[in-house]
Amino acid sequence: MNALKKFLGLVWMILGPVAMTFLFIQAIDKVSLAHTEVERTNTLLQWAIILFIFFPISLGLMIFGFYAWKGEYENLENSQKV
Amino acid sequence: MNETLPQHNIFKVIGASSLGTLIEWYDFYIFGSLAVIIGHQLFPEDAGASALINTLAIFAAGFIVRPFGALVFGRLGDLIGRKYTFLLTLVLMGGSTFLIGLIPSYKTIGYAAPILVLILRLIQGLALGGEYGGAATYVAEHAPKNRRGFFTSWIQTTATLGLFLSLGIIVITKNILGAETFGDWGWRIPFLLSIVLVGVSIYIRMKMHESPLFSKLKSEGKVSKNPLKESFNNKANFKMVLLALFGATMGQGVIWYTGQFYAQSFLENTCKLDFNDSRYILLWGIAFATPFFVVFGAWSDKVGRKWIMLTGMLLGIIFYRPIYQTFLNDTSEEKFAKNDLVSKLQGSAILTPIPNTNDTLRIVETKFSFKDGSGYTKVTTDTVSLSKVFLHGNDVLKSKILPQSIFWKFVGLVFFQILLVTMVYGPIAAFLVELFPTKIRYTSMSLPYHIGNGVFGGLVPFIATLIASFSGSTPLSGLWYPIGIAALSLVIGTVYLSNKRDENIND
Repeated sequence: MNALKKFLGLVWMILGPVAMTFLFIQAIDKVSLAHTEVERTNTLLQWAIILFIFFPISLGLMIFGFYAWKGEYENLENSQKV
Repeated sequence: MNETLPQHNIFKVIGASSLGTLIEWYDFYIFGSLAVIIGHQLFPEDAGASALINTLAIFAAGFIVRPFGALVFGRLGDLIGRKYTFLLTLVLMGGSTFLIGLIPSYKTIGYAAPILVLILRLIQGLALGGEYGGAATYVAEHAPKNRRGFFTSWIQTTATLGLFLSLGIIVITKNILGAETFGDWGWRIPFLLSIVLVGVSIYIRMKMHESPLFSKLKSEGKVSKNPLKESFNNKANFKMVLLALFGATMGQGVIWYTGQFYAQSFLENTCKLDFNDSRYILLWGIAFATPFFVVFGAWSDKVGRKWIMLTGMLLGIIFYRPIYQTFLNDTSEEKFAKNDLVSKLQGSAILTPIPNTNDTLRIVETKFSFKDGSGYTKVTTDTVSLSKVFLHGNDVLKSKILPQSIFWKFVGLVFFQILLVTMVYGPIAAFLVELFPTKIRYTSMSLPYHIGNGVFGGLVPFIATLIASFSGSTPLSGLWYPIGIAALSLVIGTVYLSNKRDENIND
């Protein structure tokens, strides 16, 4: 199980930036599809909110992955609290 | 200390904490339940779907700031105590809700209307961010160690009961005033009513004592000097904050908001159910499922918290799409057409000139009623040119009323979704409390809880509606967001979380 925890740690570290890149591409795509000025402003606002929120969370996922990869979550069965 | 507290005193603690929390949830959810009407009041009349999305964005803003509220009030709670902190959050929440009920419409004050609502919504979000962690911590610190899941699960019922109360008051107000008056000004009543509920709750909370564990810590001079630093600058604690977020609260949040918010939004806006029908379905679902918060909370004291929560996520991942597909199938025009038609009443045509053209929109509403009690209104929109040529637009069905058998089938499907909510949500307060030490518990548990629920969960209606509005998407496309997030949380929770309960929280 500890090997799996470490391996998945790498996956989470990669998933963070991949998710952000995906969201960023989606944002550009959707804003460029807007036909009118009002629509463009609305879409831009919506995607700005999404990117603003999910950027620190993606960073958190990377840190979580890093901790997992370093073995910080091994042996939690014995004591979960710090 | 907490183990010697008599049972009737614990229930007094739970009652006083839960009432305030319930009212805060009520305040928070009336906004979401009235998103469509508020959209019409706050934005220009021709804003259409963007008004709904913008209102949902304002609604979402209330969720987004919840983690910041968790930091601000969590810190206060760990510094000055649980009792005074969640008294403050109650006052802020009640005041903001009352003021939302007083804001003039877009017609009167223009864009100042949505801006003012946004500011008040942000204050609501901040207050809620401080409330929940305080109430859960307060109850857990009074509860005996082997029944912490059971006692904190009462706090967990308040979010659902707050939603129940908000829906109930909205339906009652609307039925008394009628749909037109309610849409005009009656929607303000549920907001204004909040001030009475908050007044009662403040009175009760003033009589409460400080948590025994926090009082002990304070008397020993062991209160944290800087809870934020100790929570997030300390790797040993911060890694548990991340684990709580990605392995539990993130998945729990999307399951909660899909079952209790997106379901109703989907039935009303996508399936075009009648306003009351969509709310009655949710009300019944909530009424039947709410006792299970306590059932799963108590059960988690025996078998551990982890697997109950993760099973709830797994069932959501498997069953969401079939459930929502059934909603769509059973409300389709073809399904209604199989019934025996009893009456067909065509209203008079409404003619609206199209600006900057010589054409006119001709809108006709026809009410269909069927033998089994079901019905709907068909809206036919034609464009009429100067030469009297009709261009037929798409017919739209709205205000669908379901036959009894389908109505109860939908109640069952919503009940099942809320049952999943009770599985993921019932044990989570005890789970979070046990993860962190007393001196930084309020701060440490509040942040992952409110990112999970406020951000991941609270954004479900907004993001799902956004995804479903993309070209090429289907009405079910929005479900990929909660399914994806729940799946990620399920994997992380399965691999990294321990099922062991930490019985000693007096540290």
